[in-house]
Amino acid sequence: MVIEIETLRPDLSGNLGEPMTAPESLTATDKTTVAHKTAGRVSVDDPIMSARQVNVYYGDKHAIKDVSLDIARNEVVAMIGPSGCGKSTFLRCLNRMNDTIENCRVAGDITLDGQDIYDRKQDVVQLRARVGIVFQKPNPFPKSIYENVAYGPRIHGLAADRVELDELVQTSLQRAGLWEEVKDRLNQPGTGLSGGQQQRLCIARTIAVNPEVILMDEPCSALDPIASAKIEDLIDELRGNYAIVIVTHNMQQAARVSQRTAYFHLGDLIEVGPTDRIFTNPLQRLTEDYITGRFG
Amino acid sequence: MRSAQQTMALVERSIKRRRRAESRFRWYGRLAVFLGIFFVVVLFANIIGKGYGSFRQSYIRLEVGYDPALVEPDGSASAQSLAQGDYQAVARAALRALFPEVEGRANLKQLDALLSDDAGYALQKRVTNDPGLVGKTESVWVLARDNTDMAMKGRITRAENEEGRPLSDRQLDWIEALKAKGLLELRFNSGFFTNGDSREPEQAGIRGAVAGSLFTLLITLLLSFPIGVAAAIYLEEFAKRSRWTDLIEVNINNLAAVPSIVFGLLGLAVFINIFGLPRSAPLVGGLVLTLMTLPTIIIASRAAIKAVPPSIREAALGIGASSMQVVTHHVLPLALPGMLTGTIIGMARALGETAPLLMIGMVAFVVNVPGGFTDPATALPVQVYLWADSPERAFVERTSGAIMVLLAFLLVMNGAAVFLRQRLERRW
Ligand SMILES: Nc1ncnc2c1ncn2[C@@H]1O[C@H](COP(=O)(O)OP(=O)(O)OP(=O)(O)O)[C@@H](O)[C@H]1O
Ligand SMILES: [Mg+2]
Repeated sequence: MVIEIETLRPDLSGNLGEPMTAPESLTATDKTTVAHKTAGRVSVDDPIMSARQVNVYYGDKHAIKDVSLDIARNEVVAMIGPSGCGKSTFLRCLNRMNDTIENCRVAGDITLDGQDIYDRKQDVVQLRARVGIVFQKPNPFPKSIYENVAYGPRIHGLAADRVELDELVQTSLQRAGLWEEVKDRLNQPGTGLSGGQQQRLCIARTIAVNPEVILMDEPCSALDPIASAKIEDLIDELRGNYAIVIVTHNMQQAARVSQRTAYFHLGDLIEVGPTDRIFTNPLQRLTEDYITGRFG
Repeated sequence: MRSAQQTMALVERSIKRRRRAESRFRWYGRLAVFLGIFFVVVLFANIIGKGYGSFRQSYIRLEVGYDPALVEPDGSASAQSLAQGDYQAVARAALRALFPEVEGRANLKQLDALLSDDAGYALQKRVTNDPGLVGKTESVWVLARDNTDMAMKGRITRAENEEGRPLSDRQLDWIEALKAKGLLELRFNSGFFTNGDSREPEQAGIRGAVAGSLFTLLITLLLSFPIGVAAAIYLEEFAKRSRWTDLIEVNINNLAAVPSIVFGLLGLAVFINIFGLPRSAPLVGGLVLTLMTLPTIIIASRAAIKAVPPSIREAALGIGASSMQVVTHHVLPLALPGMLTGTIIGMARALGETAPLLMIGMVAFVVNVPGGFTDPATALPVQVYLWADSPERAFVERTSGAIMVLLAFLLVMNGAAVFLRQRLERRW
């Protein structure tokens, strides 16, 4: 069993009340120390992804400071925190989307199934096929709905023939809950859909590649509550097959869809824990202030 | 605190002021547009007014008798013998037959001068095609000389003093007589489009210059489009920003502003003197214009690539497309309309470019229509320059006629650019 011993940052310790240790770590027996500043358990049994002492710099700006976090299989992890605290930055480290930013430098270990994803031998193309990402703003290709979903399978050679591809497109759209709405107009441009439909199309596009982890950066921020609810249902359903990391500014959403929640603040991972515990009984004052809306 | 009414009054005053400024600006704008259109209209009216005449040319109708004594000097009907015939004499005889009263060597010479030298060639061609014509008589329209044509078009009149005019009073009499009989008229000038250059205005055409321009532009297009697009893609999508890319960027922008004659000098020094490529050839012209057009294409292509939203790239990268796939599957198709527009505009500029071609010898007098990339050739704008420099009156209208053709090509190219932009441009 992996547990951690909490070491709190000195400047915060004064603010802390009694519950220094998270309830789940009370059963801890052996000692591992990975997270120095983070309250709560950053590690899980048999993680699919695991980040240790990750630091990210944009030029001189230190955007992520010594963050360690595990992602379990079949779980939804929500990342919350005030704007600019580094949620997107950390998320994009998980499938190396930060490689595209020229002055961005990533240090630390991130593994997928035990393999270092920043290893020289790691092919980013393969990594991104295994760790898909859905962006904040729906960004379908200016191509047909069908082509949008078929693109990933096609470049990765996932379908042997047209029939198989058709099938893959259909199941992906079905799982994204979009099939009924678009089955009669697969050849129309994906950009002609409503915002919520576009976002579900982007999710369908991501799951068509059959990734193991799906990263979602504020997938509902451009959507109305009904469309958001649909995406939330979808996330709940997808959880059976994928590990999902979702960034959100919506506390209710984090509470509804996630099993674990990570709270970021100015590049630090302040606290991680089971979602219900974080929202009912946060260990850190900063977390409490944020989720109760005192700042953020 | 101001009362609501006071505020309203102040706002009202400022609104009036703003309206006045707005309407003033509108008038400036209208004036500017009007001036622009005015100058375009003046330019076009001037060119068309001078040049439309070049599409019609004076022809004389002759009853030509193919006298065997003239067309078969050695008495046999062999092809060789026919090739040695004096067909101009045949044409002259036919014209003289129309004016039997004219006598004396000097007078006959004046009469003969109404005919173009082309008349003989035309008759020879007819006989070569059909040797059966020898000994027969037929009615043929043959080309009149440039001065006859000028008189027909009212550009040589009796109002001028006879001393200073290229046609004598007597010649004008004959022209009027021919015209009255319907034997001299303006007909469509197909030779203008099918002939190469000539010292004789009535025989000069733009075919050689058009062919030279096309060969030159083909080279330019084949080189500058792929190179320009590849450079733009590399700089935008692959190269890391560094001092070097900045330097390259500054240099490309500077190159776009370098006077074209400098490229001509460079082409002369490099392509002709060092690489030993032929002078006056469309190949070298195309290379020089490629140098000149490349910066334009690179800049336009980079702008088109920049206009592709980054979210599209992220989307493709996010599902595991490689950088090359992002470019070929997404960036290029979206940027292509802009790239093509830039290319067409660059090509239109290259089509109108004269100075660098002068430097590499494409200003030579070339009669033959060029048949390849290394044949001596001129280009349309150079032809304009050459004709504008010629003393014959009849070249004035040819010059304008060539300009009209050049403008027509430019209009078509720019129209194609607009069409492509509207047709291919996608919204997202
Ligand atoms: N490309 C970049 N270049 C330089 N600095 C950046 C870049 N992207 C992000 N940053 C900085 O890194 C920090 C973290 O940014 P990030 O986008 O990860 O925040 P975030 O938590 O996702 O915020 P939000 O909730 O507003 O999306 C911010 O201070 C931001 O200014
Ligand atoms: Mg963000």
